[in-house]
Amino acid sequence: MSVLESKIPEGPIEKKWTKHKNEINLVNPANKRNIDIIVVGTGLAGGSAAATFAELGYNVKTFCYQDSPRRAHSIAAQGGINASKNYQGDGDSDYRLFYDTVKGGDYRSREANVYRLAEVSSNIIDQCVAQGVPFAREYGGLLDNRSFGGVLVSRTFYAKGQTGQQLLLGAYSAMNRQINRGKIQSFNRHEMMDLVLVDGKARGIIARDLVSGNIERHSAHAVVLASGGYGNVFYLSTNAMGSNVMAAWRAHKKGAFFANPCFTQIHPTCIPVSGDLQSKLTLMSESLRNDGRIWVPKHEKDAKAIREGKLKPTELAEEDRDYYLERRYPAFGNLVPRDVASRAAKERCDEGYGVNKTGQAVYLDFKAAIERYGKEKAFTSGHKNPSKEEIIKLGEQVVESKYGNLFEMYEKITDQNPYKTPMMIFPAVHYTMGGLWVDYNLMTTIPGCYAAGEANFSDHGANRLGASALMQGLADGYFVLPYTIGDYLADDIRTGTISTETEEFVTAEKEVKERIQRLFDAKGKNPVDYYHKKLGRIMWDKCGMSRNEKELREAMEEIKELREDFWKNVRITGKAETKNAELEKAGRVADFLELGELFAKDALERNESCGGHFREEYQTEDGEALRDDENFKFVSAWEYVGNPRDAKLHKEQLEFENIELKTRSYK
Amino acid sequence: MKLKLKVWRQEDAQDKGGFKNYDVDGIDGDMSFLEMLDVLNNNLVNEGIDPVEFDHDCREGICGSCSLQINGEPHGPDRRITTCQLHMRKFKDGDEIVIEPFRATAFPVIKDLVIDRSAFDRIQHAGGYISVNTSGNTQDANSIPIDKQDADDSFYAATCIGCGACVAACKNASAMLFTSAKVSQFALLPQGKIEAHERVLEMVHQMDKEGFGNCTNTGACEIECPKGISLENIARLNREYLSASVFS
Repeated sequence: MSVLESKIPEGPIEKKWTKHKNEINLVNPANKRNIDIIVVGTGLAGGSAAATFAELGYNVKTFCYQDSPRRAHSIAAQGGINASKNYQGDGDSDYRLFYDTVKGGDYRSREANVYRLAEVSSNIIDQCVAQGVPFAREYGGLLDNRSFGGVLVSRTFYAKGQTGQQLLLGAYSAMNRQINRGKIQSFNRHEMMDLVLVDGKARGIIARDLVSGNIERHSAHAVVLASGGYGNVFYLSTNAMGSNVMAAWRAHKKGAFFANPCFTQIHPTCIPVSGDLQSKLTLMSESLRNDGRIWVPKHEKDAKAIREGKLKPTELAEEDRDYYLERRYPAFGNLVPRDVASRAAKERCDEGYGVNKTGQAVYLDFKAAIERYGKEKAFTSGHKNPSKEEIIKLGEQVVESKYGNLFEMYEKITDQNPYKTPMMIFPAVHYTMGGLWVDYNLMTTIPGCYAAGEANFSDHGANRLGASALMQGLADGYFVLPYTIGDYLADDIRTGTISTETEEFVTAEKEVKERIQRLFDAKGKNPVDYYHKKLGRIMWDKCGMSRNEKELREAMEEIKELREDFWKNVRITGKAETKNAELEKAGRVADFLELGELFAKDALERNESCGGHFREEYQTEDGEALRDDENFKFVSAWEYVGNPRDAKLHKEQLEFENIELKTRSYK
Repeated sequence: MKLKLKVWRQEDAQDKGGFKNYDVDGIDGDMSFLEMLDVLNNNLVNEGIDPVEFDHDCREGICGSCSLQINGEPHGPDRRITTCQLHMRKFKDGDEIVIEPFRATAFPVIKDLVIDRSAFDRIQHAGGYISVNTSGNTQDANSIPIDKQDADDSFYAATCIGCGACVAACKNASAMLFTSAKVSQFALLPQGKIEAHERVLEMVHQMDKEGFGNCTNTGACEIECPKGISLENIARLNREYLSASVFS
């Protein structure tokens, strides 16, 4: 066996977590006051963990690059948060939530972790309500639920289209309470530049104050990385502009294994790219696929005319349209899972049927829904023989009541009225299932270094279900880490404060400063964005929605060349001793240029298709994903040994004792 | 289109600062305002000039980072949007655009268009929470039914993104809309009522300490608020404050 020890407790799956909590070490309240914890990132996972550690009595330091913890990108999550409350009495249970999540992840996640997630999910809702999170309610005053993709029950709690915002403000308020008590020191506008190891244990970080440019040393007995995902390696994504992999990648280079880097979620319904200077993509909630029909022109000449602006989509007759999802997947139609819908859109655009001036978009059409709802509404309100205009008017009202805010957002961005002309959508990078490898305690392969939320790999396998990311972030922060970290820290009660004057801190600080100097020294000709865009292009074209051996090999070469060019020819203006956004971007892009290569290597080595990872060589006759459980039922955990391409593979074999492995089919 | 930009440049908090003129070309109506600034910055880097610093992150109108005063209006000419949601189609070829940071004593400039809004954080540290432990040992979420209207009003107050447009819009640089939104979110819920008196007194005290001005009911804040936070929240705060002052 390899060096990976998942530390999954013995016993039946529903007893593992309770048993584990009963058996692990505790730190007594007086000793907690002598122990320091660093939390990097203040989103749902980091914010909730920091607040809970502080409440338990530990001394906590939080770090975030934003000007306030409340702005972490968890805030942008729209849809909702899952919990197995079974308030609707529709047959939900911890087991069912566990089962749906493992299956949705295409059987590449760890059973024990996912079961624990399902087990604590109900508690999250109780906790958030007690904190004053204003979830949506019914007229009777009780909490409302909605249904989400890939499941058969209504288990999603929500606060309109701003669930992430409300949950994050809840975690932030819990942090505020501890900041007010002096138990959390919050370092905002600070970026973690490196992890410091003393005697093989994580004992602190080197951070840059983004305002003064000062390089600072911070020590602690344990370091928690809750720094989010790495979707921005694609340049264009639904992530925030500042979202980056630096904290996780620095830890990786210091010994933390990186798991399943190629598992990326590409969300099918985003507003398409409009031009070369676009910086960011915006999501349109998955819920739109309940009523929208997805299509492209049936004939290439029509697609071409539309792209050139000579033809309008509304002018195209019904028989000249190709509702390709309904055609290929009659059973699920427009409601196939995210990975399947994304690939199908790409296939049509690659074949030349794409719309929009770029040819990289498909239609999401509400005309049929407007007519259907309009007729129904007219009928129920007594118009037995309504005119076409009346039907459309009534139908638009119904659609507005369901999706009004999304339609408004679409119109603000594109300047087109989606009630009158079909929306244009295209898949975009949204979430990364891969991340730092962690054991059952959420500890990485570096003792004392933990990873939580999107930064770790453990719960979503190869594809994440909607409304599960918020659940995982808060589960890790409120209910898992506060227990498991004590087990490790119990050995540190006599350690005392970790000095920042040791050789390890001095060396780490020196290396960080040298790296910054090297960036300035390049004195080249290209701005940072030039490299980030080029990297994004390679990633999207060759490591995106469908991958093959030849292109993955090319991607590895191209990324390596781009990285070498970056260090020779990047141009950073200004000084290191002031606020300097170019320097911040450069540090982040430098890490993406390494991660990208490992990403491609991971995709190359995984000779199967599963979830968001689709290898063209491994598909069924009709173009569906072909999973290989015999040879690839494992987590790829990569050890850094020098160059990303030389990373050493360690395999954690996945055991499925409670769920039978099946093929996913949506035909 | 081609635009003339008049941009506030300020080296650091000590520097006096001033406007600089820049021309940008090749701007498309589909670009966002911040993407237009990206173009400007890439041009500046190519010329070896320090790019303009500005705060931004999510670029979808929810994080509250962006904070530009455009032609004298917080977040620019459109309504109910943040700067990142403003698109260039709102401008025309040849326009001159004046870009400044949000102006308020309590929001000192850090560099160029970047301001320090930590005063907002400190107002929330003072009482913007319900004192409940995060142990998970709370009662079932459905054990206290909450009137739908109150839950909805609480939600609307809680949608504040903390950008500071209300302060920038106010002639007194008052933070009443922001603070009242926070106070209201909790005051409307049964969970928040227990500490309501203490909360409003502490938060208002901190708000005054930070140097924000008083409210004179002009209502500019509500008009410029990208999330449409209602003035009713200020009325509620005043009521809460009065009640707390009398009864505690």
